[in-house]
Amino acid sequence: MSQQLPENPLGRTHSVGIVTPQTQHFSAPVVLASGRELRDFDIVYETYGELNRERSNAVLICHALSGHHHAAGYHSADDKKPGWWDDYIGPGKPIDTRHFFVVSLNNIGGCHGSTGPTSIDPETGKPWGPDFPGLRCRDWVRTQHGLMLALGIPHWAAIIGGSLGAMQAMRWTLEYPDLVRHCVVIASAMKLSAQNIAFNEIARQAITADPNFHAGRYIELGVIPAQGLALARMVGHITYLSAAGMMEKFGRDLRVGDFDLGNDNLVEFQVQSYLRYQGDAFSKAFDANTYILMTHALDYFDLARQYDDDPVRAFEQAQSKFLVISFSSDWRFSPARSREIANALIAAKRTVSYVEIDSPHGHDAFLVPDARYEAVFTAYMQKIRAELN
Amino acid sequence: MRFDLTLIQNWIGNGARVLDLGCGDGTLLAALRDNKQVDGLGVEIDANDITHCIARGINVIEQDLNASLENFRSASFDAVVMTLALQALRYPHRVLDEMLRIGREGIVTFPNFGHWRARGYLVGRGRMPVSKFLPYTWYDTPNIHFCTVRDFEALCAEKNIRIINRAMIGGNDSQNALAQAWPNLFAVTAVYHIGR
Repeated sequence: MSQQLPENPLGRTHSVGIVTPQTQHFSAPVVLASGRELRDFDIVYETYGELNRERSNAVLICHALSGHHHAAGYHSADDKKPGWWDDYIGPGKPIDTRHFFVVSLNNIGGCHGSTGPTSIDPETGKPWGPDFPGLRCRDWVRTQHGLMLALGIPHWAAIIGGSLGAMQAMRWTLEYPDLVRHCVVIASAMKLSAQNIAFNEIARQAITADPNFHAGRYIELGVIPAQGLALARMVGHITYLSAAGMMEKFGRDLRVGDFDLGNDNLVEFQVQSYLRYQGDAFSKAFDANTYILMTHALDYFDLARQYDDDPVRAFEQAQSKFLVISFSSDWRFSPARSREIANALIAAKRTVSYVEIDSPHGHDAFLVPDARYEAVFTAYMQKIRAELN
Repeated sequence: MRFDLTLIQNWIGNGARVLDLGCGDGTLLAALRDNKQVDGLGVEIDANDITHCIARGINVIEQDLNASLENFRSASFDAVVMTLALQALRYPHRVLDEMLRIGREGIVTFPNFGHWRARGYLVGRGRMPVSKFLPYTWYDTPNIHFCTVRDFEALCAEKNIRIINRAMIGGNDSQNALAQAWPNLFAVTAVYHIGR
């Protein structure tokens, strides 16, 4: 913490400082929801804050589609950007690391160090690639439970997630009801809509149609389907923003060219260049097979499927208390989806609060600083802290 | 605590499940939790009030009472409370029906527009009453459906709503007796315990 840190882009609050990812190896095989077995695997994770003597202050952060373990702080003093949820995790922030012991991991099937398609399949000695077992949300919950035991955590004071991360958090409350005191569900849904699945299918098609995809064996051939992955990301990115938010951010501003009469020069809008940049950056940092695997898991998730499609019956399993947050301009997981969660919890007579934050930032709003969101989140976390024994 | 809230506490059983429509900053539900071990849920639309509720551990749902309440299942609460919100609703009579669908009993409080001061203001000045208690001008007010004690009881009769109990609050302590004797003239706030 004493090192010179890069300036927090917001310059508002403190950072957890330099953090170092750790790896937990699991040598016992795990049988996945698909019936296939993963003989052994690694989970990469980071922790922020200290586990208290009673071991009652642990908080699990579940990441979304393209997330990973690096949620807060910096890996080195040269890092330009902090972890993906640095605005919400740190000393004096809603998830206050002065009081909570925060665990953030990269799920299996990921491509940031935990065992996934880019890892070596011990049976063949080659990267798993497309042969990595298909995963469901519950497989992540199960392996997160393994990490919890390995870290000597008896229960979670809270499990917190946005989007796909919140699906894991909700699944936890049904699979391990007595191990979750609070569940914070942000910008999520109990299952995807046909429109959501359709967007994911376009993303997958973009990847598999890339000539460099080679049926998923691209690593062995030393190439990456960068164009397909970039296109997938661009489609996804549009669904994370709102129409009004994009207009506000980019308008019809031009990056190159003009519309003067009498010439036929190239015109490029700012939004084009932004999307291309996002796509390019993502294609260099993310694995295509992981993207396919993660979007499938997202599509398959249906909280109430095994409870006769009755979300009330599902949530009757839960013992934790819930905070459900949605954002007004989120059309990927709209407020109506979050209200369904809250209503099922009310009908199941669970303890729940529901808040709808007015924001122009679409689905991405859960990552963006916002005074009201922070106030509600902070108030809820402080209440959890007051309950710690 | 506001006097009407103190009265309400006496009508709610220990450990009851209570829904508070327009719960504000959660004052009533916090008192019910602390004094009566009530399992409470509030419904509110004001952002600051919602944050206050969460900060004091009161469960609250952000929802507009003027939109539907159909997300609350029938007979899922022991009591549904609504304090000083009736006059601000688009369709007060429908919300009363909803209260008695969702809860076994309802408790409603509202400002009595038949109070002698309001009458005096209207008769004397010929203008819509503005007072310390109801400080809004007619054109800029959340209160769009004022009623008197007599109006409310007529509505209850029309809708077959049973009045289990009622209490009247006067302008000050010494006027509470007057308010009990002649509610329509002396009650500033009317408090009704209703059922079907």
